[in-house]
Amino acid sequence: MKFLNRSLVSLHATATSAEDAIRQAGGLLQQAGLVEKAYLDAMVDSYEKNGPYFVLAPGIAIPHARPEDGVHEACVALLQLKEGVPFGHSANDPVRLVFALGASSSDEHLELLQRLVTLLNDPKNVELLLGARDYQEIEHVMGGESA
Amino acid sequence: MKILCVCGLGQGTSLILRMNVENVLRELGLDVEVEHTDVSSASGMNADYIITSNELAQSLTGSAKVIIVNNYFDTHEIKTAIEEHLTV
Repeated sequence: MKFLNRSLVSLHATATSAEDAIRQAGGLLQQAGLVEKAYLDAMVDSYEKNGPYFVLAPGIAIPHARPEDGVHEACVALLQLKEGVPFGHSANDPVRLVFALGASSSDEHLELLQRLVTLLNDPKNVELLLGARDYQEIEHVMGGESA
Repeated sequence: MKILCVCGLGQGTSLILRMNVENVLRELGLDVEVEHTDVSSASGMNADYIITSNELAQSLTGSAKVIIVNNYFDTHEIKTAIEEHLTV
């Protein structure tokens, strides 16, 4: 499982559109060899087909696709945007935190989601993630390996 | 009673919602069966309530009552929404 390790977090990024933001966040997973490029396309396809429902909270999007779209290991990356990008969600736009989720069918998937829920259920953590300029500022809330 | 948590693919966000719905039900002391699925399967499944986002609610058909949650990480909102509907 790879949970928001240092190489999977990009802070103070710029994106021109929701699709761009999804591709950049997914790109962090792809560069680390955790997902195939096809998985990025599948995430964008899902956005186009099902809409922005995955903007789960104000400013927070969790795009993902299916395990069979090309995931090697349960993983999640974070793209923090300098300025909010509209995803078209009626209540939670604009988005500043994009968590690209590499969905796997293993038990690790559940464990990873549980960790993500624990992290994001605490508004103080969300505040910290929104304001962070350096990985060191958020390392302690990621709770685990940082390599 | 059965609650269905629904998202677009039934693999990620509906599971996140389910985790927090189960947390809230436990807090409320309610013993309710919770499952998660994708939006296209949801209409064919038997459930008393469906919890989902406003963006997906329109695509749902069937007899289950739909409860809308905007912030999946706000257990207070989820609690209020559930309490409003599940008056026991």
